[in-house]
Amino acid sequence: MDPFLLSRMQFGANITFHILFPTITIMLGWLLLYFKLRFNRTGDKAWMEAYFFWVKVFALSFALGVVSGITMSFQFGTNWPGFMEKVGNIAGPLLAYEVLTAFFLEAVFLGIMLFGFRRVSNRVHTLATFLVAFGTTMSAFWIIALNSWMHTPAGYEIRDGVAFATDWYEIIFNPSMPYRLVHMLIASGLTVAFLVAGLSSLRWLLGDRSDAMKHALRTGVFMGALLIPVQIFVGDLHGLNTLEHQPAKVAAMEGNWETQGNVPLLLFAMPNEETRSNDFEVGIPGGASLILKHEFAGVVPGLNDFVAEDGTVEHPPVAPVFWGFRIMVGTGMAMLLLSWAGAYYLWRREELPRALAYAFVPMAFSGWVATVAGWYVTEIGRQPWLVSGVLATKDALGPVAGGMVLTTFLMYLATYFVLLGAYLFVLFRLTIKASKTDTEKPEPGAAGGSALPAPGPNAVPAE
Amino acid sequence: MDVTLIYPYLPTIFAGLMGLSILIYVVLDGFDLGVGILFAAAPEKDRDRMIASIGPFWDANETWLVLAVGLLLVAFPIAHGVILSALYLPVSIMLIGLIARGVAFEFRAKANVDEKWLWNRIFFAGSFVTALAQGYMLGAYVLGLEQTLLAIGFGILVAFCLVATYAAIGAAWLIYKTEGDLQKLAVKWMRFSLVLTAVGMAMISIVTPLASERIFAKWFSLPELIGLAPLPLITGGLFIFLFWQLAHLPDRNDRFSLVPFAGITMIMILGFFGLAYSFYPYVVPERMTIYDSASAPESLIIILAGTLFVLPVIIGYSIFSYRVFGGKAADLRYD
Repeated sequence: MDPFLLSRMQFGANITFHILFPTITIMLGWLLLYFKLRFNRTGDKAWMEAYFFWVKVFALSFALGVVSGITMSFQFGTNWPGFMEKVGNIAGPLLAYEVLTAFFLEAVFLGIMLFGFRRVSNRVHTLATFLVAFGTTMSAFWIIALNSWMHTPAGYEIRDGVAFATDWYEIIFNPSMPYRLVHMLIASGLTVAFLVAGLSSLRWLLGDRSDAMKHALRTGVFMGALLIPVQIFVGDLHGLNTLEHQPAKVAAMEGNWETQGNVPLLLFAMPNEETRSNDFEVGIPGGASLILKHEFAGVVPGLNDFVAEDGTVEHPPVAPVFWGFRIMVGTGMAMLLLSWAGAYYLWRREELPRALAYAFVPMAFSGWVATVAGWYVTEIGRQPWLVSGVLATKDALGPVAGGMVLTTFLMYLATYFVLLGAYLFVLFRLTIKASKTDTEKPEPGAAGGSALPAPGPNAVPAE
Repeated sequence: MDVTLIYPYLPTIFAGLMGLSILIYVVLDGFDLGVGILFAAAPEKDRDRMIASIGPFWDANETWLVLAVGLLLVAFPIAHGVILSALYLPVSIMLIGLIARGVAFEFRAKANVDEKWLWNRIFFAGSFVTALAQGYMLGAYVLGLEQTLLAIGFGILVAFCLVATYAAIGAAWLIYKTEGDLQKLAVKWMRFSLVLTAVGMAMISIVTPLASERIFAKWFSLPELIGLAPLPLITGGLFIFLFWQLAHLPDRNDRFSLVPFAGITMIMILGFFGLAYSFYPYVVPERMTIYDSASAPESLIIILAGTLFVLPVIIGYSIFSYRVFGGKAADLRYD
């Protein structure tokens, strides 16, 4: 077996599994802070009930994010030692700052946020919630800075074959970083919005009419409706930035082989790298030119520009980038329709029509689909480079045997499948449980902390 | 001040920081993993309490491993590659163990009563496998990352001894954090695992100098021998003291419940210094020194500046968290 391909598949599987969870926790942290602040301001206990439900989802997602993240930090060494040898002077400090300013902050205050409600003052508990949310966002900041640098490296020089930093501001705020960071943070916001709206809709369909459910549902639907147009706008800017710095990626996204004007916006096609053309093409004439150059005659770069004289292909594999892009955009369009329809009904009639509630449930994980598809576009779109123009992916591979990688790859894959299944199972069961207890529960009593919902399944039984 | 004056010392400083992270990790996550290992021997009724004693801390404790491997990665990138490629399989196994242990916490908390047994087993298995893998790596590292049959055998032996060490510090933590029957059990567990810990430490102390002439010379030449003599002597004394102390626990007013934890922590610190002294200045034993493999000083100084500023803050709020959840372990609840 080819250790290069296997190592790539293994890292791809790892990072795909990993990104699912930070995508939830980054913005869910801020959403929890919002719930907490609404409770602090209004004294409405339903906000706190919503907090306690979603904090469990946060805790579970966070644990999965942590353990799958650790795996990756080791894989740099086990499978890709060439990466740190070549660009360690740049990547090192960025990763170190992530650990120092984000990981410890999240991990320590998570304990207080989860289990400290009765042990610290309300103010400290709110502060802990803020610090956890802040920590997850800092983590995103540093890792996006590094990832963006790998796409659009800046502020460095190569001496003796190794990258050295020359300007840290340019490294951190490299050309694609602001776009990618905002795009990712909003993606996380949308993922959370639809997760919250979807699971709350499920509770509503199961007969739950509690205020906690209603608060969460409204928050999720309105958050989605507000964020999606912003995301489409930011995504467009990000695309234009990519066109400037990584034209080969955009050519693959559009499935455009020849550099020319009047390039159609392809709705469907089967990119064929053998014939270097598309089969079964269906498109809107001039659409891609219009989007990328704002005029029909706009010249869009084509993939054939990225083939060396000796025939070596220097552009990314076309089909996954082409299709990943369409899945992301298609999911975004579905989000737009659904969240605006939902927002209209919640605004006008305070309640979702049944059919719309049914539509929200499967969309609970639409954020995952769009986020993973989007990451595939950008990461596969960077190939054959690991760091654009600096380090080819194949040159970073370590001296590890194919059979060994295959063994660990299967091990990870099995683990991830089981964990993902267990995660979804627990999420739905928590939702179903909450919809039952919240409908049957009498009005909360008056005595301080005990007025809050009955201890969840997390509480240790008193002895 | 001219910062370039610090440049020659950066590899040493970063080796120190990395050592500190590893030390903090093995003590803090050591007791988490130890509690997980002891799960196998614990009666069902005590298990929730055992989880409660580490629940708010384990995540932050594990982060010290991320910092340690992160520092290895950023400060000694070439060594990171060499060490982790040589330890490919045990590292992967450890990671699966850490994954299992970490998620079992959360899933167990959300499981129905009739499903808990499954997550209990996964929690134990994850902790046990993680400890085994770390012990194996320690053994392999001591013998210079060789792949001989002898080295593998030694690695397996050290693996079981590290499991015992973690079980001992886990039991010590339970003595401190619990009361009643569970505390009595913990005393028994610690006495048993401490014996194996002593055997393991003695073994590593004998093998390390035998495996390397350089290390032999570092320890068994005058005047080093006299200067270093207190290290094994104090360690031995601490073991004897701990056995004596355990015979008198639990005490009536629970005044000495933290003593076993402090004692075993001291032992681990001394053991760590012994190893650090043996291997310095090598980061890959006998092959690569910290000076050969350090990153560019311009990059290290950036990390150092952040570290010196942030590390005290991290230590500060970690202590705050331990105080918030201080005293005997109580029910863990989200509300």
